[in-house]
Amino acid sequence: MFKYQFDWSVVLSGQYAEWLLSGIKVTFQLSVVSIIFSFLLGLLIAVMRMSNVRPVRWFAHGYLEFFRNTPLLVQIFFWYFGSYKILPMVINDWLNRTNFEFAAAVIALTIYTSAFIAEDIRSGVRSIPKEQMEAARSSGFSYIRSMQYIILPQAVRITVPPLINQFLNLTKNSSLAMTIGVMELTYQARQVESYTFKGFEAFTAATLVYVVISMIIAGLMTLYSRKVLNPIRAK
Amino acid sequence: MSKPIQGFFGYARIEPGELSMITFTEVNKWFKELHVLKDINLHVNQGEVVVVCGPSGSGKSTLIRTINKLEPINSGTLIVDGMDLSDKKADINRLRAEIGMVFQQFNLYPHLSVLKNITLAPIKIRKLSKKDAESDAMALLERVGLTEKRGAYPTQLSGGQQQRVAIARALAMKPRIMLFDEPTSALDPEMIGEVLYVMKDLAQSGMTMMVVTHEMGFASEVSDRVIFMDEGEILEEAHPKDFFKNPKHERAQQFLKEVLSPMH
Ligand SMILES: Nc1ncnc2c1ncn2[C@@H]1O[C@H](COP(=O)(O)OP(=O)(O)OP(=O)(O)O)[C@@H](O)[C@H]1O
Ligand SMILES: [Mg+2]
Repeated sequence: MFKYQFDWSVVLSGQYAEWLLSGIKVTFQLSVVSIIFSFLLGLLIAVMRMSNVRPVRWFAHGYLEFFRNTPLLVQIFFWYFGSYKILPMVINDWLNRTNFEFAAAVIALTIYTSAFIAEDIRSGVRSIPKEQMEAARSSGFSYIRSMQYIILPQAVRITVPPLINQFLNLTKNSSLAMTIGVMELTYQARQVESYTFKGFEAFTAATLVYVVISMIIAGLMTLYSRKVLNPIRAK
Repeated sequence: MSKPIQGFFGYARIEPGELSMITFTEVNKWFKELHVLKDINLHVNQGEVVVVCGPSGSGKSTLIRTINKLEPINSGTLIVDGMDLSDKKADINRLRAEIGMVFQQFNLYPHLSVLKNITLAPIKIRKLSKKDAESDAMALLERVGLTEKRGAYPTQLSGGQQQRVAIARALAMKPRIMLFDEPTSALDPEMIGEVLYVMKDLAQSGMTMMVVTHEMGFASEVSDRVIFMDEGEILEEAHPKDFFKNPKHERAQQFLKEVLSPMH
């Protein structure tokens, strides 16, 4: 008969709990840093995708197709194992001196997620009446400034729900960073399991933490959109 | 010489003079195969108030939208405030900052408060300090009777209030020309008066204005000239008195009968 002794103390105190805690910290850092970068990059790509300069638009289009349609894991491996070949020496040196695994994971998560965010923002922009752009242009704003002050702020407000979704995906996807040795939550849970054989406890704890982190991120976003971004269509 | 009197909006009053603000010469425009502006010749001097009227689809909106190049023209020349709009090197954003535009649907920025709607362009384009821009904006809001709405958002305002804010927003740039495209057509009848009141004062302050409207009261009271368009052509151009008393063109007579009839 298979008999499994549950032992929750393993994950609640002592050395192994500390591992998990440090994993939580890394997952949180990895997610938040990547969320910020992916949002900014997504905005930029969305604007480029809508540019009326053809090469710029084509570049953005290629970017979107490429990064949305290749597996994230492959992209993580690419930046971790392959970027030596294409990045300039100075950047490689700097990355090596800092935390190369972490940086590679941030780059991969940022680029991958930015492609999805760009598409969400673009459909948000499409839903803004064209008269808004006309009003902005007719008061003397350039295309870029009109985007910056008038169109994107409205588009982002509309895009908050799909953005929350992308940010949660990113947080979950960050667990793939363990494959290149980033000591985030899943990595640490795996460590605890292999030292204690308490896999059930370790991964249950990790699962709960992902749920909580996701809830915190979604909650913060919702709060931010309610308090800081005022509602625009109060009809 | 007439003494400059201070206009309602604080501009020195300028009698319609010889300074040319808008000149169309043989202007044509097509939307694909549709010929929407046909050999337009038109001249507007500084301080003149010109009303454009005509049936739906006659090209009125297109005509005034060419003036700030929201619609580019296909042939002819169009010179606005000394700038040739067909010149590829012309700095169109600079010109647009000098031309205020008021739309039928107001087009206020829904994510910004009334005050921010008005101060955005002066701060970002004119590089005014926030403090100066806000005190200008408050003065304009006082003129249009909406100081207490400074913190409101556009969706919280009535149509008439939104349109008055839109006029204040355009005036905040201290424009040299104001364009209006059916500014009262989307309003409930009881709100038309408050907007026309603001526009009349602006007209009397010496602002150069081109106004697409079917408000014939406005046309006869404050305009210097009425232009009647039909199917992309200017069929008639006359002093409002002459235009209303004896319109020459048959289609203008027909049009006037329709807009002036009480059944309308
Ligand atoms: N962007 C566009 N693309 C194609 N056709 C257009 C466009 N804008 C206007 N038109 C057409 O050009 C013609 C003139 O339009 P315009 O909007 O200037 O008329 P209008 O006199 O302002 O009419 P209304 O009184 O209905 O506002 C119409 O036949 C219209 O359908
Ligand atoms: Mg029109």
